[in-house]
Amino acid sequence: MNGDHDDEHDHGEFSELSEMDARVRALETLLVAKGLVDPAALDGIVEYYETEVGPHLGALVVAKAWSDPAFAAWLRDDASAAVASVGLAGRQGEHLVALENTPDEHHLVVCTLCSCYPWPVLGLPPVWYKSPAYRAKAVRDPRGVLADFGVELPAGTCIRVWDSTAEVRYLVVPMRPAGTDDLREDELAALVTRDSMIGTGLARPSAGG
Amino acid sequence: MDGVHDLGGMDNFGPVRPAADEPLFHAPWEGRVLALTLAAGALRRWNLDQMRFQREQLPPALYLSSSYYEIWTRSLETALVAAGLVTPDELATGRPEGSPGEAAAVPWSALGPVLRRGGPTDREPAAPARFGPGDAVRTRDVHPRGHTRLPRYARGVAGVVERVHGPHVYPDRHAATFGPPFDQRPEWLYTVCFAATDLWDDAEPGGRVSIDAWEPYLEPGS
Repeated sequence: MNGDHDDEHDHGEFSELSEMDARVRALETLLVAKGLVDPAALDGIVEYYETEVGPHLGALVVAKAWSDPAFAAWLRDDASAAVASVGLAGRQGEHLVALENTPDEHHLVVCTLCSCYPWPVLGLPPVWYKSPAYRAKAVRDPRGVLADFGVELPAGTCIRVWDSTAEVRYLVVPMRPAGTDDLREDELAALVTRDSMIGTGLARPSAGG
Repeated sequence: MDGVHDLGGMDNFGPVRPAADEPLFHAPWEGRVLALTLAAGALRRWNLDQMRFQREQLPPALYLSSSYYEIWTRSLETALVAAGLVTPDELATGRPEGSPGEAAAVPWSALGPVLRRGGPTDREPAAPARFGPGDAVRTRDVHPRGHTRLPRYARGVAGVVERVHGPHVYPDRHAATFGPPFDQRPEWLYTVCFAATDLWDDAEPGGRVSIDAWEPYLEPGS
């Protein structure tokens, strides 16, 4: 239960959180009392997103693509099947497309209409991904968005923005950092950040590189 | 609907502010409302497109000033009332009135596997695809009053079909009325790519933006 300790520092936010906390608590009590939701399902759903899915899964996919050319080709052709082969599937990731960054083209993913995001490989989206600022700016000024993240690409790298307007979900495969030829898949996965798989970041440089 | 949820290309929202080490849920209620939304959605009294339309219909000022899970909370309450599963009085008091609801909770033993499997939206084709990769198209310049997934910034613009995803459930029809039966008749879905300079006069040359567009959003280009 992260975040509990910080709430009291900001009184305005604390009040709002308390109001929402009470509102959602009342709603849960009502729906359980009416037999409309199973309390075990509520706990199960929260636990699933807290402990099972997250960007560590997408990082495994990227590291495997970096290490295994056959898997990289499969991911390019049919990402849903390639990702299912390593046991990843689920809600909000039924139709997956992988986008490989190159020195010539950098991919950036957004959902301008709501907050569509590839849950099975990245987990739940961060607040900035759902924010009006990101949804407004990503399609209009992607290089400015990258600057907001402290990322500067060469002027010659074209930026390609993917607006997730349907149920197709996009996973960016960032460029493999230099000096990582000797790393194992699990070591490579540690270099793959969440933001690098959305396109607002790059993979971390290796410690030795 | 030409609503404030359709944010692509809007100005004056300020810089994007990423937070370091952001918690998954900023307070426990965020996780609870996520779970309530998925568990109540499993009753199949509404579909995902209808729920998105509920969120879009929040009052504009409220939509823009609410956190995403606040939007989820308010629209879940609205949907529960619209579906007849709870009454406004019950929402106000938090106490059930009369007999238990007519729908039965989906147990975790059934819901867990659905969560892991997902709900694909691709369907068998009813007709051949009208467009193929490389085809020039133009998005329709339309302003539907209902739910649509054609963003305002991408209407009436020339683009190129880049991928063909097959027939998918068509959200505009799927969300046309609230509640079952759900009209899942599909339309062909394409990734359509635009030159950024065709969307905005001051865009960076070489930049490209794509949307995923159903066939009714498109007409042949030239």
